[in-house]
Amino acid sequence: MTKDETKQVVLDIIADIAPDEDISNLKPDVRLRDQMQLDSMDFLDIVMELRKRHNIEVPEADYPQLASLDSCAEYLTPKFTALGK
Amino acid sequence: MSFKSPRIVITGVGLTAPNGNTLSEFRQNLLNGVGGIEKREIRYMGELLAGVCHYDALKYQTKKELRVGTRAGSISIYCAREAVADSKIDFANYPKDRIGIYVGTTEHGNVETENEVYAISKFNYDTKYWSHYHNPRTVSNNPAGEVSLNLGITGPAYTIGAACAAGNMGLIHAAQMLRLGEVDLAICGGVSESIHTFGIFAGFKSQNALASHPDPLKASRPFDKARNGIVISEGGALYTLERLDDAVARGAKIYGEIAGYCVNSDASDYVLPNPGRQAECVRKALSSAGMTPQDIHIVNTHATATPLGDIQECQAIGAVFADCPDTYINNTKSYIGHCMGAAGALELAGNLPSFDDLVVHPTINVDDLDPQCALPGLVINHPKKVGKVDAILNNSFGMLGINSTLIVKRFVA
Repeated sequence: MTKDETKQVVLDIIADIAPDEDISNLKPDVRLRDQMQLDSMDFLDIVMELRKRHNIEVPEADYPQLASLDSCAEYLTPKFTALGK
Repeated sequence: MSFKSPRIVITGVGLTAPNGNTLSEFRQNLLNGVGGIEKREIRYMGELLAGVCHYDALKYQTKKELRVGTRAGSISIYCAREAVADSKIDFANYPKDRIGIYVGTTEHGNVETENEVYAISKFNYDTKYWSHYHNPRTVSNNPAGEVSLNLGITGPAYTIGAACAAGNMGLIHAAQMLRLGEVDLAICGGVSESIHTFGIFAGFKSQNALASHPDPLKASRPFDKARNGIVISEGGALYTLERLDDAVARGAKIYGEIAGYCVNSDASDYVLPNPGRQAECVRKALSSAGMTPQDIHIVNTHATATPLGDIQECQAIGAVFADCPDTYINNTKSYIGHCMGAAGALELAGNLPSFDDLVVHPTINVDDLDPQCALPGLVINHPKKVGKVDAILNNSFGMLGINSTLIVKRFVA
């Protein structure tokens, strides 16, 4: 999986957990929280959906790695690769 | 026991029922004999009958709020917003810490718990897939709390668990809190999301108390000889209640005045009603209002269309209203099924317009009146124009033997 594909995985999840938001123009290098209404429960949703949909675990200590789309791609792509995706 | 000042009045109504999403729509359908029962797929059980509400949930909530919250919360928010709008109170400038939210519920948390158990069943029951929203969704105060969040109300917001007596209880508790001066405006009544839990259906089915009929609209038929049980429904009705002086000072429309009430308990069985205690509840409510049975012009029955329960309530009502030629009796569940925690509040709403139009809506679906339910004054299948409607007595009873009777009278300055 490429980093762009990883970003799309995260965007698909965000589209479901924040259905009122326009996510078409999210800047990849800016914190998600600074661009849209996302609270701590929403971040737990992202973690839960990565677990449910892709069998990827994100330990609590690594939550800051999900701050932006770029950091998500950096952090998650190796995990997808490790799973053979 | 007698009622004291300050006087408490109803100044706004918000509701959603299986046959209407505003008071005027609901009332019109009650007068036109239009019910709202439909077929619905229930998890693990297949197609059953239920009363489903079709209000616009996005009118007052975002998609995200709907995803995070509960159906009971959503129904509560819709009803609360509609009631506040109907009251025409200056809500934007109203002190939010002086508003109380009191929502009656039969149960809460079954729906959300069943959904989570079902969801983790797809993951071999591994609880790491259990939602972090489970607890805020299932706490008993959830429906009232969601209203508080949605409207920014910072006064007390909680639910009142009282089985199917709960709708009346929301109003009764609100009146008490207003009289105590705890709040200045109360948003109160009852809601139910029970059609979203298979457990309620399965429980009534195991109890042989779940209605069936080839025609969904004929399934709920209290007092009919062939009645065979309850149609479970969702719904909600929330009111704004205020002290009379406050309502008059702002020139509010007044739907009616809380005249009296009683809440008591059978202390006799988990599920079987007790007509003696029901009659006592009605008599004590009359006493609290300073009224006699002859002062009541409409009695809205709780009757759910169970073979035994209807007869027992008729025994209780017959005993109290034995010599009351101007007292008319009706039932709303024949249109909308049993809205559980919302029942009492919704059924009261359906009768309130009678103060203005002097028409008693009937109970429908009575093709063959059970002689044991043939109360004098029972209004069957067709609305009845009457000479006077000055007081409505509303019964709601629930499991574990909780009874509630609420009397609302025409407002006279």
